[in-house]
Amino acid sequence: MKVLGIDSSGLVATVAVAEDDNLLAEYTVNYKKTHSQTLLPMLDEIVRMTELDLSTLDAVAVAAGPGSFTGLRIGAATAKGLGLALGKPLVEVPTLEGLAYNLYGTSHLVCPMMDARRSQVYTGIYGFEQEELKALESQTAVSVQELTEKVNGLGREIIFLGDGVPVYRDILCENLKVPYHFAPAHMNKQRAGAVAALGLRYLAAGRTVHAREHRPDYLRMSQAERERAEKDGAC
Amino acid sequence: MEEKKDVLILAVESSCDETAAAVVRNGREVLSNIISSQIELHKLYGGVVPEIASRKHIEKINQVIEEALSQAGVGLEELDAVGVTYGPGLVGALLVGVSAAKAISYAGRLPLVGVHHIEGHISANYIEHPDLEPPFACLVVSGGHTHLVVVKDYGKYEIIGRTRDDAAGEAFDKVARAIGLGYPGGPKIDKLSKQGNPDAIRFPKAHVADAPYDFSFSGLKSAVLNYLNGCRMKGEQVVEANVAASFQKAVIDVLVEHSMMAVEEFGFDKFAIAGGVASNSSLRQAMEKACRERHIGFYHPSPIFCTDNAAMIGAAAYYEYMAGTRHGLDLNAVPNLKLGER
Repeated sequence: MKVLGIDSSGLVATVAVAEDDNLLAEYTVNYKKTHSQTLLPMLDEIVRMTELDLSTLDAVAVAAGPGSFTGLRIGAATAKGLGLALGKPLVEVPTLEGLAYNLYGTSHLVCPMMDARRSQVYTGIYGFEQEELKALESQTAVSVQELTEKVNGLGREIIFLGDGVPVYRDILCENLKVPYHFAPAHMNKQRAGAVAALGLRYLAAGRTVHAREHRPDYLRMSQAERERAEKDGAC
Repeated sequence: MEEKKDVLILAVESSCDETAAAVVRNGREVLSNIISSQIELHKLYGGVVPEIASRKHIEKINQVIEEALSQAGVGLEELDAVGVTYGPGLVGALLVGVSAAKAISYAGRLPLVGVHHIEGHISANYIEHPDLEPPFACLVVSGGHTHLVVVKDYGKYEIIGRTRDDAAGEAFDKVARAIGLGYPGGPKIDKLSKQGNPDAIRFPKAHVADAPYDFSFSGLKSAVLNYLNGCRMKGEQVVEANVAASFQKAVIDVLVEHSMMAVEEFGFDKFAIAGGVASNSSLRQAMEKACRERHIGFYHPSPIFCTDNAAMIGAAAYYEYMAGTRHGLDLNAVPNLKLGER
């Protein structure tokens, strides 16, 4: 089975193709350039380098949220357009599961965190059991204080990663009561290789959607909806 | 002689609050024109909310494109190009259509043609008027735009007049809200005006010094709001139909006046209107009359091609395609794209 992985949920734009136990190519750029300008040229580079015939793909795996609203939609629209033109299904890989999969096989807990602004992080707590990624806390938007309390409550050694780490590192260091680590540069941001590899597993498990059906899971309402809900709640 | 091959274009539009796709043959024949409108959703907020619009676009984009292809009975392999609006508009909304269109063009090995939204509106006139060819003058009036444009040739435009503040459609929306009609204001004011006296209240018609073709509607909008406030303070009954009709007349008078001035100055024998406000029945009647008096051909699209749609983008994309315009995989959404810019 062959899967294309795409993640443009954060500052990193990343594209990869994985086939069974091989990563054929991965192109990851962490540079301030708009994803809409980089994502397809990166895929094109991979296609040319690896002489890839897109019609041989079995599915397109895409980071399905949370993340930057616009970034998620660039990835989603790209994946949906490819799915439509190629007649292939999509595999929705929750962004934080993709991030956690970077640290496959560790016996510690894994906590990916993305800066969600408004004093919150998008985060979840994961572990590997019998070679499977398991969510101890599914992805959600919470304050770092709430997250550290949960981590302390679990009482296990833990590895943090994601673009939320540099933002909240000091708060974490001050409040954590369990042994902790921060993942190094090559695995602490989104990697499409992980999205594609996890995508292969979900594909094998039949977890696909029609390209038409995919929509990002933002984990948050838009500001206008939130304000309207607050107003209605107050009445 | 070699028979000229048909050119089939799939067009995508997502610049504001309509998710749309169409298949157009040779720039003028619409094989399908699918529009998924979000108006009901945005009514709750009294106007278009960009993030909500973008979210709806991503939900609908594939369905709309699939419907356009299936209704046209055309497969991707039969297409010659993919056209897409890449500006101006809401950046998050534009990005959905641009990203999807690029992916389809890439995976389908089809040339990509980026289209200016206003060029699309102007080109809507080609769909139902086989005789209309440049040069002509065109007034583009919508919720986001008020442009008086000289169409020199296909793809060659000169904007000779523009609004200095509110777009005409925006003024309709704001006045409609002030008299309690709700969103979108254009059709509601158009309807209510039919029961009112357009000469009941004299609202100012703003002219911009040193720029005879430019427009300004914020003063007019303020005058309406002041009038309403004044009535409330004095305890006078407001006749909404008269306010609507008098406001609408003030807008239309200026639009007609500037348009006809341009037509006479440039010596055109053809004049067209385009954009959402081009559906306004009083504006059409007034323009038709003004053009008839001057023995000028008057062109306007059917309402379905006035509102944001992808058929008009397909029409514009065809002429760009024939002129050799091609965009790369790095095409980005340009929210403030200028007409005629590449």
